[in-house]
Parts: sequence; C-alpha cells; structure tokens
Amino acid sequence: MTEKGLMLDRVMIALGGRQLLSITHAIAPGEVLTVMGPSGSGKSTLLAYVGGFLDPAFEGSGAVRVDGRDITRLPAEARHAGLLFQDALLFPHMTVRGNVAFALPPGIGGRASRRARAEEALAGVGLEGFGERDPDTLSGGQKARVALARTLVSAPCMLLLDEPFSRLDAELRQQMRELVFAKAKASGLPVILVTHDEADAQAAGGAVVRIGS
Amino acid sequence: MLTRLGPALAILLLAGPILAGLAGTLLPAFGYLPALGGTSLSLDAFRQLAAEPGIGRSVMLSLGVGLAATAASVSVVALFLAGWSGTRTFTRLQHLISPLLSVPHAAAAFGLAFLIAPSGMIARLISPELTGWDQPPDLQIVNDPLGLSLAAGLIVKEIPFLLLVSLAALQQASPAPRAALVASLGYGRVAGFLFGTWPAIYRQVRLAVFAVLAFSTSVVDVAAILGPTSPATLSVRLVGWMGDPDLAMRFLASAGAVLQLAVTALALALWIGVERAASMSRDMVCEMGTRFRRDGAARVGGLGAMALAAALVFAGLATLALWSVAGLWQFPETLPREFTLRTWMDVLPRVGGPLATTLIVAAAATTIAVAVAILHLSRASRGGRLGGGPGLAIVYLPLLVPQASFLFGLQLLFLLSGFEASMPALVFAHLVFVLPYVFLSLSDPWRAYDRRYDAIAAGLGKSRLRTLFSVRLPILTRPILVAAAVGFAVSIGQYLPTLLIAGGRLPTITTEAVALASGGNRRVIGVYAFLQMLLPVIGFAIATLVPALLWRRFRALRV
Repeated sequence: MTEKGLMLDRVMIALGGRQLLSITHAIAPGEVLTVMGPSGSGKSTLLAYVGGFLDPAFEGSGAVRVDGRDITRLPAEARHAGLLFQDALLFPHMTVRGNVAFALPPGIGGRASRRARAEEALAGVGLEGFGERDPDTLSGGQKARVALARTLVSAPCMLLLDEPFSRLDAELRQQMRELVFAKAKASGLPVILVTHDEADAQAAGGAVVRIGS
Repeated sequence: MLTRLGPALAILLLAGPILAGLAGTLLPAFGYLPALGGTSLSLDAFRQLAAEPGIGRSVMLSLGVGLAATAASVSVVALFLAGWSGTRTFTRLQHLISPLLSVPHAAAAFGLAFLIAPSGMIARLISPELTGWDQPPDLQIVNDPLGLSLAAGLIVKEIPFLLLVSLAALQQASPAPRAALVASLGYGRVAGFLFGTWPAIYRQVRLAVFAVLAFSTSVVDVAAILGPTSPATLSVRLVGWMGDPDLAMRFLASAGAVLQLAVTALALALWIGVERAASMSRDMVCEMGTRFRRDGAARVGGLGAMALAAALVFAGLATLALWSVAGLWQFPETLPREFTLRTWMDVLPRVGGPLATTLIVAAAATTIAVAVAILHLSRASRGGRLGGGPGLAIVYLPLLVPQASFLFGLQLLFLLSGFEASMPALVFAHLVFVLPYVFLSLSDPWRAYDRRYDAIAAGLGKSRLRTLFSVRLPILTRPILVAAAVGFAVSIGQYLPTLLIAGGRLPTITTEAVALASGGNRRVIGVYAFLQMLLPVIGFAIATLVPALLWRRFRALRV
C-alpha cells in the first residue's frame, strides 16, 4: 500500500498520564488539516510530535508517515517539516537573503546559483530586491512572507503551521492565508494548521478536528 | 554526541576538586600524611590548634565579621529595592553600581584603605580645617581590632553582587502588580515591598546570600588588607601556617582549615536562625496590620546607604589611581604637589611576568569555562529540564565551601602528584571558581533563547551541531561574551587559589598587590591595584564592542 501525503496513524499525546489528544487522519498532498482547540489544549504539541521536537515532558505515540514512509523514529533534521509560527522568527544575524539561502538544500551548488535561487524565492513572495535588508527593519507582513519563502525553498515534505496568521492585522491576514495555501497547493504539500480562529479554518477549506473542548 | 559529556564534565569540574581537596585537608588534620611521617590518626593537630594564642578571638572575628557584613549587605539591598525599585533613581543608580561587580575584591579593599586611613583621602579633605590635624592622627582605623573596616570592605563589594542577583529575581516576581496590590491595601511603599515582594525575591537569591556569608567568613585577601592583625581572622592565620617553610606546620594548617569549615558551617546555621527570626517577626508585624505609610526615613536611608557604598568604591579607586601618579604628597595636602609617571616607569618592568601569567590563566580558564557551560546548557535544555534545584546547588558549591578549606588539600594532592606550581594546575584551580560565575551569568539568557529557532533550523534539515554553531551561538554572541568577561574578571581577582596552587612561583597581579599590603608603599600599590581594576574593564569593553562591530548590520542584535 502506498499512500500519498501525510498520514497520522493513531497519534496520541499525553502529559503526566493525562491524554491531550488522539488523532488518526490522512492528509493528501496540497490539502489542509485544521486542528482547533483553546489555548493550553495541547494542539501545538501535535506539530511538535510530527516535526520531531516534542518536549520530553510529553509522551507521544503512534506513527507518522510521509508518502508511506514511517518518519516517527527519525530525528527532526531528517523529517523536512516546514514550520511557520506566530512570529516570523527570521534569524536576526543573517540578511533576508541569508535567511533564505540558509534554508536551500545543500545539493544546490555554487554561491552564485544559491544567491539566484534565494532572490527568486523572495520574488515569489513579492519581495524582490529585499535580499540585502536586515530582517529587523521589515514590517510584520514582510517578515511573514520571508519566513514563508525560507520554508518553501528548503523543499519540505509537509507544512506545519502554528497559528501563523494570528499576529497579522486583518487585511494582511487574509492575504497571507491565500498566499500560504496557494503555495502549499502549488507545491503539493500536505499541511497541518493549528489555530483557534474559525476564519483560518474556513480559508484552509479542509477537514477540521477539534480537541480539548 | 559531545554534549552528552556536558553535565558530567561540569559536575566533575565543580564537585571533583572540592571533594578531593576536602579529603586532602581532612586526612592531615587527623594526623594522616604518610609523606610527612603521619601514618596514624590522632587529634594532636587539633590540640596544637587549640593551644595557639588568640585562636578563640580569631574564630569570633571570622564569625562576627562574616555575619555582620552579610546582614548589612542584605539589609541595604532589601531596603533600597523596597524604597526605590521601579523609579528612575533606581535605574540610574543600578547602572552606576553594576560595573562595580567586576572590581576585584583586593583593589576595592585597597581603595577603601586609602580613603579611610588616618592619612587617607577623607582625612586630607577635612584637615586641617575641620580637624586641626597637621599630622595623621594616631588612630587605628584600617586593621582595627574589631574588624569594622574589614566588614565595611566586604559590604561595599557584596552589595553590587547581591543587587544584581536580586534584580534578576525581581523581574520574575512581577513587582509592579504586587506593588499595586499592596498599595491598594493602604501599605506604605517600603512595608508593602518587604511584606509582599521581598520574600519571593529572597527565596530565589538565598544561595547567593549563603555564598556571600561563606565568602565573608573565610576571605583572605580583603582580611589581609583591611582586617585586624593581632590576632588576625582565622583565614589569614591559617594561610600563614600553610605558607610556613616548616612542613610539620601542615598538620596544624590542615586542622585550621577544618576549623574554618566548621566556622563557616556554624555561620550558615546561625544565618538560617536569623532568617527564621526575621520571617517570624515579619509575620507578627503583618498580622498587626500596621500600614507604615510614613516611610520617608527608611527610603532615604536605603538610598543613602546604597549611594555611600558605591561612592566609597569609586572614590577609593580614584584615590588609588591618584597615588600611582603622585609625586611628593604630604599630609594634609588634598592633592599631590606634582604628578609623575616615575612609579609606573619603575614598576612596569617588573609587572610583565605577573601580567602575562594573569592574562594567560584568565583567558584559558574563561575559555574552558564558557565551553563547558555551553556543553552543559545545550544538554540541559534539550532534556527539557532547566537545571534548577540540585543542579543549581552544585553550581554554587565552590562558592559555599570556604576556599581555604579545600584549596589546601588540593595543593597537597597536586604536590604529591608533581603537578603543583604548573600553569595547568593554576588554570584548573581558577576554573573551579570561574565556572560557577560563567554558568550563573549565561544560564538566564540561554533559557530566554527562543527554542523555536532550533525547531525551524531542524525543519530546514540542519543538524543539531550546525544549528548550534550557525543559529544559537551567533544569536547569543553578546551574553556569551558577557559571561566570558565575568569569568575573566573572577579569574583576575583570585588570590588564594593563585597563592596556594602556584606556591608563589607563578605570581599574578593580584598576589603581587596583596603581598605589597604590609609594605605600605602606596604608590606601588596604586599601580598594581589600578592594573587589577583595569583588566576586567578591558574584558567588559571587548564584550561590548565585539558584538557591536560583528553585528553592526543587524539591528536586533545591537541592543
């Protein structure tokens, strides 16, 4: 059996013996699974478990498969999970282009071609010519787009979104949602979106799982 | 992974030398030291110790000065925080006091001595107009038999340390809402703070207070400069026995080191009693419900004491600098008649060796300490545990056990293994004291680092090692360098480890300066003490400038 996309097979997460969530779900390439729940419900721990950086205080079980390949035992750096958080978390000691170039897979050789690829990715999110800028001088919306470009050039196998739109103001938020979901669809990436905003879930348009009510 | 070694290495470096050193002190104290013919256990050394003239008074001095200095420092810090935290005066004074932390104890002590001595700066400023003195008065101010100037020298140096650790705790105690709450109940500012916020702060800085008490009861360099002489404090006497060329004195010295351990332990026990009594009386006053609205005097007292402590150190350092360039300077002239670089010219050729030793040892100990701290912290943070509780106690261990009590044993072990008076041994001995301060300085910024950066880098396919070097360490450049500067300053200031482990064969600026204390040549002391104070300042300047230059393009890392 070869399944395409991201498979969560009886994934359970508990804290001190208390079960926080339990989920079985298949996410096809380009599709979004929205996980909703109040703050403190442990919804972010699902992303941590899938991404491979769950705090050892939590106990996680169940299998995570990407295109049929079990990644549950792999270290985080071998899972290729593209992450977007509430904050853009651009590396403050690198230029905008440096941030994107850092994410490029090592296979792409040559300084010039890596630079060109980074600039291309920036142009893809509408930030042509921003390469030399200090990330701290960008606006919130610009930072969010650089973070998206950085994630996309790393050739991820999936996108894990942890309330990535909640810090943006209303108008930007809508733009950013469209941009992120369009890019995910275009690249055929399965997406898990964690949020407490109903409008995020509607914009994502996929299945919705509610936890910890 | 290399980082697996971190915690084990840290515990080994912190606890290993102390346990080995204590063993090396305890065995000879009970008569066992085969190298010197002691093969059976006996209490002879303690009998000899009890017969030493004035030993009881030495013990009482160590105990009394230590407790008094600690109580005074804690009270001043508490009162100052209570009366002024959150005000602009507070911020200004805090910025003024923070750099004092890096001034070595010996330099501060010399500065104070130069100020308060009968022929010191203060007497010169008010003579002969106010005092009628044309000659320095025949008063024993420095080295007074009660140890008052020793206590003062300790207080002015411990206040900056306690203030800084309290400030870190204050930020976590969310002082503003607490202050608003107690104010809304009608309490005065000082009482409200002492009832509402201080207990939470004290709980967090308790180990630091214990470290201050342990230090104050067992200090050697400050006591040699400011302390009483006949008899001297226990610590000074026992270091004298240790340096005695008669090797048979080692049994007596070991017994003295064990007694020092007991004195410090007793001081800690008494202090815990003081804590109990203070919290009980606070609870009683709380229950009476008195609001203490008129606390102007207490506020002014706290500010005045804090400002006085800072002013004494600054004025002392300025006086030191002045003496180093003074020509003829007779009492009661306020300033020297002429300024000359002659002392510097005379002294500098002799300074080269000690200066090189100081710098090499400080640089090596600091580098190792920073590396070990980073290894340990990366391991601790990955495990999700924050290294509080017992971990923190181990970090404080070298600061809680009196230096003399285990360094002496360590020296003996080095001696027996043919390792003594070598540069590696000296670096190792300094490391024991540098490591705790580097840890304490780095752990908060390390924990404050946003670990989502690591998650993102891992998602981008970067290994842990690559993430550490390309993301975490660059972002933490400034706190790492500040921790290194703290460690560097601590190493510069080390007196006893240098004296004992190097056995006088590897003098540093600090041991040379303290050795000059009895000679009383103020010009030469001025040069050494000035150098001693200058080196840490250079360290902190580098820690500030390097990130500013390195990250000049990146705004978020500049501030």
